[in-house]
Amino acid sequence: MDLNFTPEEEAFRQEVRDFFKENLPDDIRDAVRQGGELTKEIMERYHAILNKKGWLGTTWPKEYGGPGWGPVERHIFDEESCAAYAPRIVPFGLAMLGPVLQKFGSQEQKDYYLPRILNGDDWWCQGYSEPGAGSDLASLKTRAVRDGDEWVINGQKTWTTLGQHANMIFCLVRTDPDVKQQEGISFILVDMSTPGVEVRPIKLIEGGHEVNEVFFTDVRVPYKNLVGEENKGWTIAKYLLTHERTGIAGVGFSMLELEEVKALAKKIIRNGKPLSEDPLFAARVAQAEIDLEAMKLTNLRMLFTAQKQGAPGPETSILKIKGTVINQELKDLARRALGPNAAPFPKSLSGTNLDVAPDGHANNAARYFNNRKTSIFGGSNEIQRNILTKTMLGL
Amino acid sequence: MNFDLTEDRQMLQDSLRRYLADKYSVEHRNKVAYDAPYHDDAKWAELTELGALFALAPEEAGGMGGAGFDISVVFEELGRVICPEPVLGALMASRLMTAAGADQEELLSGATKYAVGLGELDAPYDLSGISTSASGGKVTGRKSIVYGGQVADVFLVAAKDGDSLNVYEVKASDASVTGYALMDGAGAAEVVLEDAPATLLIEGADAAIADAVNAGIVALCAEAVGAMDVLHKMTVEYLGQRKQFGRPIGTFQVLQHRAVDMLTEIEQSRSIVIKAAAELGGPDASKYCSMAKNLIGRAGRLVAEEAIQMHGGIAMTWEYPGSHYAKRIIMIDAQLGDTDYHLMRVAQAA
Repeated sequence: MDLNFTPEEEAFRQEVRDFFKENLPDDIRDAVRQGGELTKEIMERYHAILNKKGWLGTTWPKEYGGPGWGPVERHIFDEESCAAYAPRIVPFGLAMLGPVLQKFGSQEQKDYYLPRILNGDDWWCQGYSEPGAGSDLASLKTRAVRDGDEWVINGQKTWTTLGQHANMIFCLVRTDPDVKQQEGISFILVDMSTPGVEVRPIKLIEGGHEVNEVFFTDVRVPYKNLVGEENKGWTIAKYLLTHERTGIAGVGFSMLELEEVKALAKKIIRNGKPLSEDPLFAARVAQAEIDLEAMKLTNLRMLFTAQKQGAPGPETSILKIKGTVINQELKDLARRALGPNAAPFPKSLSGTNLDVAPDGHANNAARYFNNRKTSIFGGSNEIQRNILTKTMLGL
Repeated sequence: MNFDLTEDRQMLQDSLRRYLADKYSVEHRNKVAYDAPYHDDAKWAELTELGALFALAPEEAGGMGGAGFDISVVFEELGRVICPEPVLGALMASRLMTAAGADQEELLSGATKYAVGLGELDAPYDLSGISTSASGGKVTGRKSIVYGGQVADVFLVAAKDGDSLNVYEVKASDASVTGYALMDGAGAAEVVLEDAPATLLIEGADAAIADAVNAGIVALCAEAVGAMDVLHKMTVEYLGQRKQFGRPIGTFQVLQHRAVDMLTEIEQSRSIVIKAAAELGGPDASKYCSMAKNLIGRAGRLVAEEAIQMHGGIAMTWEYPGSHYAKRIIMIDAQLGDTDYHLMRVAQAA
């Protein structure tokens, strides 16, 4: 048992910390700190800063232009980037499609798309969910029919995160409707400027625009846009699911939010005394802190296993469940701490309102509502429990 | 970073697990745990021969371990068989005697049984309110729910001499000791001291007592993890076997998800015990031990109550082994500070 990082790992941590101190522009840090939506320009500028350093494809091996990090280095990078108030790297091209192409893509696809992802030439989004296929993703109906050298795609995708910024979308589509659901799905890349692709915004519960619907009407894309084999798309989807998992606990973000809640509770005065001295509020914060402390260790234990075995195990579903619940609790505390000052519709979303909350906290209620998504997306927490039932309990 | 046990600790774990699985079946445990003297003296001797107590003390005190992870390995194994032997008293006494620089050969060999009396009826956890007092080599007061006190040869008790919180050694023969069984098996005692002759062991003992309590918390939390792990496995096994409506009840999603939630909390418990064990003896030990005791209190209640609920009627019987695991897990909360007490400590420290 040794909970310490090696001297090499600690040196790496310092290097990452120094990098953010020297290279993260103040305006980006402030935008993240305010907790509102980040603009496309900010995210592209941030990606370019990381790319210049060779740190953008955090899960990519060196041969494809990644840093070749292991799970522990990725974890350290995640922690330090959170602590520096750096944005989250937009995952669709970098954490999702990149690794898929590296494992399943043709040489031509790798050569063409991978550098474009790193250089920011393409902004990818994910075409998985459909109105009728959420948790039961394999029931998806968007149809792709081969016509000579082309695919003709018809159907609808939804919950397409940041699709409004994207020029490319990777899709799971049905290519054989006559076999078992999982065996008739393919993974196809679509240029969103193709005629017949239409993106419509979905306004979310808090009023923000983060996700979209994407409609496909007789969309024709080259046959070579198929990734991997025809009708083997489900294998790719499952592979992606394990890839998506490392860092899924969001420990770094929760640590930061815990500190923010504590600082906020010291600032807010209730009847002459800081909220932090209210025993009931302090106890709720303490309980979240305890759960998070345990979560940190659970995360490290699973990292250790991932490093030893080369891949994260099914117990990472525990991280998804517990990590999202803890983060949601912290968001709730940040909202509750404001009391009635959480009520105004924030200026960032309404455009007009007066922000009365302490600086940086006008979005607390909005963030609380927006964050309810985390226990739903990426395989809902109930789906994670199904996975654990099979893999860990054997029931 | 490494979450594997060292080779020595792995051997300790293996030998304890083999011995306890072989010699401390739950049937045997229940036979001895509820009848005076509420443990098995022959098994105590065997357990100490295996070196279980030596693992709890550092080398400079004559032991072979004494680190947080030594303690957690031993107590997790004890928890797996809900062992009623008075090891906790030995551990806490050993911590105090190490702090005092006292010889503990008799303790570590198991020849002399020690129990530690800190709390009192009106001051069970926070010792600022204790009323046991000492002066001129005599101690007067009453120590309540002294675990293992029913068989102790020697008591180490906290008492105040003026403003100084001290630890004294009192022979059992100089005290009025009333032993009794606990709800969850094993024994404790009310220890009444009336001008009892006492040897001053530690003067100004606040830090030494805090350390002994922290070690005790690591032990209890590890014990809880061992017991929870076994109870969870029993529950999952039962879900796979018990049939209702023509199929195993483990095929019902409502039960599957709750069994997963138990697993999640057990993993969180395991994590916080690792953290507390790693910090034991360090400057932040009290903080992390409070975190551990609070989390284990909450997780333990969930695991015990859900295990009973998912077993249904069978878990309401004395005969079913799982019932006794559930009782132990719940009652651990009452020892060395409960869920609420430790939550407030964490809240106040922040």
